[in-house]
Formats: sequence, C-alpha cells, structure tokens
Amino acid sequence: MTLERAGALELLRRMVLIRRFEATCAEAYGAGKIRGFLHLYDGEEAVAVGSLSALAPEDNVVATYREHAHAIVRGTPLGTILAEMFGKATGCSRGHGGSMHLFDAGRRLFGGNAIVAAGLPLSVGLALADARLRRRAVTACYFGDGAVAEGEFQESLNLAALWKLPVLFLCENNRYAMGTALSRHQATTDLCAQPRAHGIPAESVDGMDVVLVREATERAAAAIRETPGPRFLEFRTYRFRAHSMYDAELYRSKDEVRDWMANHDPIRTFEAWLRERQWLTDDARAEIDASIAAEIATALAEAEAAPLEPLERLTADVYAEPTP
Amino acid sequence: MTFREAAKRAIRTAMKRDSRVFLMGEDVGRYGGSYAVSKGLLEEFGPERIVDTPLSESGFVGAGIGSAIGGLRPIVEVMTVNFSLLALDQIVNTAATLRHMSGGQIGVPVVIRMATGAGRQLGAQHSHSLEGWYAHVPGLKVLTPSVPQDAHAMILAALREPDPVLIFEHQLLYNVEADVDEAAPVDGVWHAAIRRPGERVTLIAYGGSVGKTLLAADALARDGIDAEVLDLRSLRPLDVPAIVRSVERTHRAVVVDEGWLTGSFAAEVSARIMEGAFYSLDAPVARVCSAEVPIPYAKHLEDAALPSAERIASAAKGLLAHG
Repeated sequence: MTLERAGALELLRRMVLIRRFEATCAEAYGAGKIRGFLHLYDGEEAVAVGSLSALAPEDNVVATYREHAHAIVRGTPLGTILAEMFGKATGCSRGHGGSMHLFDAGRRLFGGNAIVAAGLPLSVGLALADARLRRRAVTACYFGDGAVAEGEFQESLNLAALWKLPVLFLCENNRYAMGTALSRHQATTDLCAQPRAHGIPAESVDGMDVVLVREATERAAAAIRETPGPRFLEFRTYRFRAHSMYDAELYRSKDEVRDWMANHDPIRTFEAWLRERQWLTDDARAEIDASIAAEIATALAEAEAAPLEPLERLTADVYAEPTP
Repeated sequence: MTFREAAKRAIRTAMKRDSRVFLMGEDVGRYGGSYAVSKGLLEEFGPERIVDTPLSESGFVGAGIGSAIGGLRPIVEVMTVNFSLLALDQIVNTAATLRHMSGGQIGVPVVIRMATGAGRQLGAQHSHSLEGWYAHVPGLKVLTPSVPQDAHAMILAALREPDPVLIFEHQLLYNVEADVDEAAPVDGVWHAAIRRPGERVTLIAYGGSVGKTLLAADALARDGIDAEVLDLRSLRPLDVPAIVRSVERTHRAVVVDEGWLTGSFAAEVSARIMEGAFYSLDAPVARVCSAEVPIPYAKHLEDAALPSAERIASAAKGLLAHG
C-alpha cells in the first residue's frame, strides 16, 4: 500500500509514542515502581512500527522480552502495559508476567518470551495451526541477533521451510546479543545466509528506516499469503539504551552509541523524510508531542490508581481449573 | 489387547472424533512409531495428521505447543524421556508457564507422550525415568499408565484437558496384554487405583513398577502378609487423599519408583505420608528406587540397578519387623 500523509504521520506518532513510553518506564523504574528486568526499545522503533503496521489483525505476533513497542503498536492499551509492570490487577497479564511477558490474546500477541529463540518453535506451531485450519494468517516471529546462535533457530527455519508454513521470521539485529557483538558469536555474520540455506527467501533491511521496514514487511507478508512458505527479514538496527537497567555497557564505546543516536535516529530520519514531502509542520510535530504526553499521563494515572493483583490470585491460572 | 494396541486405538478414536487432533513426532508415520504405537495410522489418516518430524525435539515440541495455542489438539510423541530433555525448555518454560504468565489468557492443550524406563539393556541414554522431574512443575499434568486400560483411557482423558499433559509409557509395558473396555469412562485416571486390596502394608507404585509391585504382593501373600498395591496413575495432580486413606488402614508404606532415590518422586510421596498420616504409621516409610548410577547396559548390572519384586517384598518385610 502506498503511504499517504495521514498514514505516515501515524507511523511517526507511534515511534514517538514508543520513545516517550520507554522514557516513562525508565523513570518509573528509577522511582522503584517497576522492578525486575526492564529492556527498552529506544533506537529500534522503526522495526516494530514499520513491520507491525504492515500486518493484519488476524496475524499472530510472537515477540521477545524487549516487546513494549510490539504491544503498543498492536493496540494493547498503554494503561494495561504500565499496570502490568506495576503488578496491578488491570495489567495485560494481570501482573503475573511483567515487562518481559506482555500478552494480549485478543490482539493475537502471544508474548513476551524471555527465553532467547524459544518463540521460534512456538511461531512454527501457530503457523501450522493456521495452515491446517485453512486460515490465511501470517505469524510474525520477532527475535534478536542473539537467537541466531540457538539450536531452535535452525530447527524452526527447517520446520517452517519443510512444511511450507506461513511464518515471517523477523530478526531485530541490534548488533549485540546482550553484550556480545555479532562478530564475536557468529562465524558467519550474514544473517540471511542461514535461512537461504534452508531455501527461505531472505532480505536485509535498514531497520532504522520505517518506510523501508514497512515496505519489506508488506512484500514478505503478501508473498507468504500468496505462496505458502516462510520468509525471513533481517532488520539492521541499534539499541540506544543499555541492554537492561543493570547493564554498565562495557562492551561498546560511548562514541559508537553517540554516533548512532546523532546520525541514525529512526525518528529524526523519518521526520526529515516527512518534511521533505511537506507532510510535517512544526505545529503538527508539536501536536504529536502534546497528544502523546496526555495519552501517557492518562495511562500512568490509570495504572497507578489500579488495585494490586490480589494475593488470593497467587496460584490462579496455573491450570484452567484448580486441581484437587 | 496389548498396551501398544490400546494406545493406538485411543489415538485413532480421538482422531476420528475430532479433526483437530493430530499426531506428530519422530518416525510416527512411515516407520510406524519407534514402539509401533502408530503403525498403520499414516495410511488411515494421511500425512497432514500423522506427521513425521525431523530430529528436532525442541522444535517440534515447541511447534506442538504453538499449534495447540492456535486451535489444534496435538499429540506429540517424543521417542524417549531421555530425548525429551532436548525439549525441556519448551515444556517447562513455555507449555507450563503460558497460562499463568499471560494472566489466564492463553492455554496450551498439548498432549506429549513418551517412553520411559529401563529393562531392555539400552544403556544410560535410553533407560532413565525422569517423569518425577516433570511432576515437579506446576502447569503440567503427568500421567503414568500401568495397564492397557489406562494406556487407552489416559490418552483420551489427556485430550480433554485444556492444559499440557505428559504421558509416560514404560517401554516394557507395550507388549503387556489385558482386556480393554474402550467405552469405559476415562475421568478416573486422575485418581489412584487400588490394584490389590490388602491390610498390613501399602505398596505404592506407578507406571512400569506396578507389575513388579503386584508380584511382590503375591510373594508376600505366600508368606502370609496381606499387602495393598496402590497405583498412583497421575503424578500431578497427585491423589494424596487415596495415599493417606490407604496408609491409615495399613500403617505401613513402601514407595516404589524407578527414578533415582535422591530427589525421587518417591521422596515426595513419602513426605506427603509424613504430613498426612504420620500418626498412623507403625514404621518409617520405605523407598525402593533405582541405584544411584546411570543405568548400565549389562543385564546383571541393569537388573541390580532397578527395583525388583524381591527388593520390594524385602522392604515390606523390613517394615513389618517394626512393632
């Protein structure tokens, strides 16, 4: 689909929303309202926004532990995401999941998976169900460059290719598996080489460019719907913040991070693209900021006012029904 | 019919009843199943429903989990419990956690069957009994058939569950023959069954150990000792009331488990007896488990490593020496 002005501004709005939301999470973490591991998405916004905006509501989404953005773009209400991290009853996983385990079954978001590469076999299974039940859905399976080293990566590529399943493998290559650079953990750093060895069409995309991400995802998803079988996209991106709130970032230089932030910020790149087309005015930009600030303030207030998940529900939902 | 045939008939019945049910695993199709449980089913149901998988335990167990979330009713066959360790992550970190971690939004109605146990001189990588590990995990249910009737009923019962169920079929049981009522209700499999009523000691076993425990009870009977044999059937949920009721009557308990003694499922059963029937006991709870060794190949060594009717009977007699 051609990108019109309104659609383009919506992409920008979502990216800015994610950036502001993550800043809000960092503040809440600093204030002790969020605990546990917290992985923020700053710098990678174009990947989730561009790719998920190219998918349909009936498509499945399997994400990693760095998945706030995926939930936001999928439409999970911000207040329920914050409430989840606050351990509240209104949380999108009722406070039992936390930042790494955001679920929204109604929007076909199947987590928030904190075991690297474990979402890949799960995606193969979701796609298998769609294929058998003759549904036309695509399963979008997100994972990082670190997942490429796992056995489940190979197993899942093979299964999806062997059974010609509608899986869209989306590698969010932010260049570091936690603190280990790609070249330090992969003998072959061309991440498309392995899917191609399984006969899976694969493409590398500038993951800092939301337009390119969106176009590539649209093409791949359309191809999957047309001809059964998986596709693979590598989005080359960069994480601006630390891996988690515990990361001292000893493995990369401040200059490197500064360079990415100064020269490859996906939001600024897209703003420039919009301004070139006269699609973005200062007023429109200010309005985006203002509406997002209000949206986040409302969500924060909702989450803070919500009741804690009651203790009586400690062992709820381990099984569908309580066992004797 | 044989235990193997009973399992096959349950799979066939389930697949005929519900088009969402399918079987997947290594060599379940063209080979006919490594223990021949699925022999002939490929011809009957076709390759979309009897699915041969690559040797990718984590991959295909995970795919089974995903397909269950997606609306199918998979029966995933893992060749043996030893191989299931390659899929342990998917079973423990995904299947068992998703419902709770998602605040109740996502259930995983997957059935995972696998062979377990020793006795065929297959050495240390094909002979272990690790069902107790799985029974440790909240979110899973664990069934252990000991007779053909249960081999049949447990598959049908497991497929009714909205949550993951693991079925451990002891590899020595596949040729065991007994009558099977295919129309019998299946709900009972979640409760322990008294396989032999008795008065003086309760012998508690499950799966492949039930047969040798019944032999031990016969031997004890010849010596004038009337032993009760309780078949746990389900390790999770565990039918604690049945265990307590029996021990309250007999005042003595021997727990038989092919797992290793340390950290064994027998230890859990023993603790439940302490908690629920301590003041009924006339003797300490005894355990008959496997020797603390990777199960060895040579027949005389393997036999010595495993619980035997003799060791079970001897343990029971040891308890009767008390009070």
